[in-house]
Amino acid sequence: MTAQPHTGGTTDGDGVAIRASGLTKRFGKLAAVDHVDLEVPARHVYGFLGPNGSGKSTTIRMLCGLLTPTEGEIEVLGLRIPAQADELRSHIGYMTQKFSLFEDLTVRENLEFLAAIQGVPKAKTKSRIDELVEQYHFGDLQKQLAGTMSGGQKQRLGLACAVIHEPELLFLDEPTSAVDPESRRDFWEKLFELADVGTTLLVSTHLMDEAERCHRLAILDRGTLVADGTPDELMAKLKGRTFLVETADPRRAQHVLVDVPGVLGVAQVGNTLRVLTADDGGEATQRMDKALADAGQKGEVMPAPPNLEDVFVAATRNGDAKDDRREHAA
Amino acid sequence: MNWRRLWAIVIKELRQLGRDRITLAMIVGIPVIQLVLFGYAINLNLRGLDAGIADQANTAGSRALVMDMLATGVVTPVARADTPQQLMTMIRRGRISIGIAVPPDFERRRIDGRELAQVLVDGSDTTVQGAAAQLAQVPIDSAVPDTRAPMTSTPPGARISVVSFYNPQRQSAINIVPGLIGVILTMTMVLFTAIAIVRERERGNMELLIATPLTSTELMVGKVLPYVAIGLVQTSVILVLGMWLFDVPIRGNVFDVYLAAGLLILGNLSLGLLISTQARSQFQAMQMTFFVFLPSILLSGFMFPFAGMPKVVQWIAEVLPLTHFLRLIRGVMLRGAGLWEMWIDVLALAAFTLMMMTLAILRFRKRLD
Ligand SMILES: Nc1ncnc2c1ncn2[C@@H]1O[C@H](COP(=O)(O)OP(=O)(O)O)[C@@H](O)[C@H]1O
Ligand SMILES: [Mg+2]
Repeated sequence: MTAQPHTGGTTDGDGVAIRASGLTKRFGKLAAVDHVDLEVPARHVYGFLGPNGSGKSTTIRMLCGLLTPTEGEIEVLGLRIPAQADELRSHIGYMTQKFSLFEDLTVRENLEFLAAIQGVPKAKTKSRIDELVEQYHFGDLQKQLAGTMSGGQKQRLGLACAVIHEPELLFLDEPTSAVDPESRRDFWEKLFELADVGTTLLVSTHLMDEAERCHRLAILDRGTLVADGTPDELMAKLKGRTFLVETADPRRAQHVLVDVPGVLGVAQVGNTLRVLTADDGGEATQRMDKALADAGQKGEVMPAPPNLEDVFVAATRNGDAKDDRREHAA
Repeated sequence: MNWRRLWAIVIKELRQLGRDRITLAMIVGIPVIQLVLFGYAINLNLRGLDAGIADQANTAGSRALVMDMLATGVVTPVARADTPQQLMTMIRRGRISIGIAVPPDFERRRIDGRELAQVLVDGSDTTVQGAAAQLAQVPIDSAVPDTRAPMTSTPPGARISVVSFYNPQRQSAINIVPGLIGVILTMTMVLFTAIAIVRERERGNMELLIATPLTSTELMVGKVLPYVAIGLVQTSVILVLGMWLFDVPIRGNVFDVYLAAGLLILGNLSLGLLISTQARSQFQAMQMTFFVFLPSILLSGFMFPFAGMPKVVQWIAEVLPLTHFLRLIRGVMLRGAGLWEMWIDVLALAAFTLMMMTLAILRFRKRLD
């Protein structure tokens, strides 16, 4: 893509919004984030994929200057964090994982409060709020207390408040948890609209289908960055390593297959098994056929296109697979 | 300091308060209930208190006086004694609460216009004091038909003295009400602010707020201002009720009363803020509040005379804002003093506020760790 200097002028010349190296956060003995290197291009929707407890929130909090890193360097919009965190605050929007608006204020009161706090010019405040009310479908809800709204409505209000001052950079921490699929689709459309007008978005999620929509993503597991790139790049790397197995008794077949050397993961999807193998040039396929036959299981092993779940399993099981083998040897 | 952001916090706080019915009810309810409870407990119109009588004169006149006192119904005679000393012993042992002593030279005193009788009171029980005061109001001229001396001009009560043991300060509703302003403000103000911030942390609002350009000072000051207004409302409630129910006087300037209250409010609010930067939960905030509240009540001179406390305790008491406020408010309301005549206490309250506020702002980090 053609990288153009951002209108805000605070992004690097090379169009990088966030740069972090060796980013580490320890809580006592626990390394919640462990030497993470990141580079988030401007005007992208950048995904943070990882299971609960993998360090997504902790990383985001360090990037917006709310937590002090134990080690590592951070540069956000050309500012050194946490030293210049105060300057950064007016350029970012942050939607916390937990709903953090005021439940005992109405929708409009919440918007008015954030407009004042974020320094939206007084003359523009009313029109900006009206605009957001229109865009985020709050027409009839303006006078409703935020605490009485549904999960999806709260999420929308959270986003509306986070963008009220039109920040260059948005941090969204698992914004669609507790939201129905329909609202999630609408929500993601809003995110892409924001990226279209030049906003950089960093969105964390533990949902594969959401991660797949991102322009780029980083996969976190137990505090470490295990993979990053565009979803297509990441999936392309697994070409030839993913298979579907159809058998009469998937549960037994699964038991048989997990012990086959070279098999990294077996997951049951309906009546079929989805198998991810190590990068060994297809040797595992033959071993799987043999193992199934030995166990008296009739089954067919067919190649399948990789998906992000495979990417995730491949990225997180690499180390484990070796460990497993060592255990077997011992 | 950005005024728009500060104002936004104030408005938000007021809007939230307006929807919090329980807190709203407490703002007015606490002063009313406390005042009525404390006030009446002390001013209670007691009847049938156990009394001992030592009528050393035993003349027609002295017997008439004693009968008149008994006729008020405030006391019931349960014991007779020969001397005031015996009455004192009975009081000490708790046999009687009130002693009526008429001296042997009663008739002589009557002619001379001197004190006629003594009402001895167990002053350690403040409720009894009110009763004794009532006794002393017995109109002497009707009790003792006066045929000789022209002493009718002597106001009633002047000739029956009340001698109070164990509580020389003679606390009464009049003394309690000004102090009660301080006690109520100490309790509610510290608690309200301490909880106001901890609650935002618990609900997750704080993470949103500290990620915005809002500064610590704007947040702290914005949180405090609405409660200053609330504190002044509470002060007014107590003043009006105190004057209406207990005839508590304001001998000094009303403006000085509010100024003193304002100083105490600010001190307590800053203390509440400091507590809020330490407390991890609303429950902790509550505990810390009571950690300050109890010594305030016990050591400030509200409950017990300040002068009677050991030196070390007095030093501790000097740190408490309520101690200084009590001196100011009693001075202004009861003695008619001007605030500036007690500038040391004014200064102490201002210094306390400044120190707590500074500590709170310094301790409040725009960080989660
Ligand atoms: N303030 C904290 N104190 C101690 N441990 C924490 C704190 N915040 C997070 N952790 C721990 O750090 C790890 C990563 O947490 P988090 O960043 O919230 O993960 P995620 O957002 O990916 O679910 C978890 O094990 C969590 O328990
Ligand atoms: Mg999280």
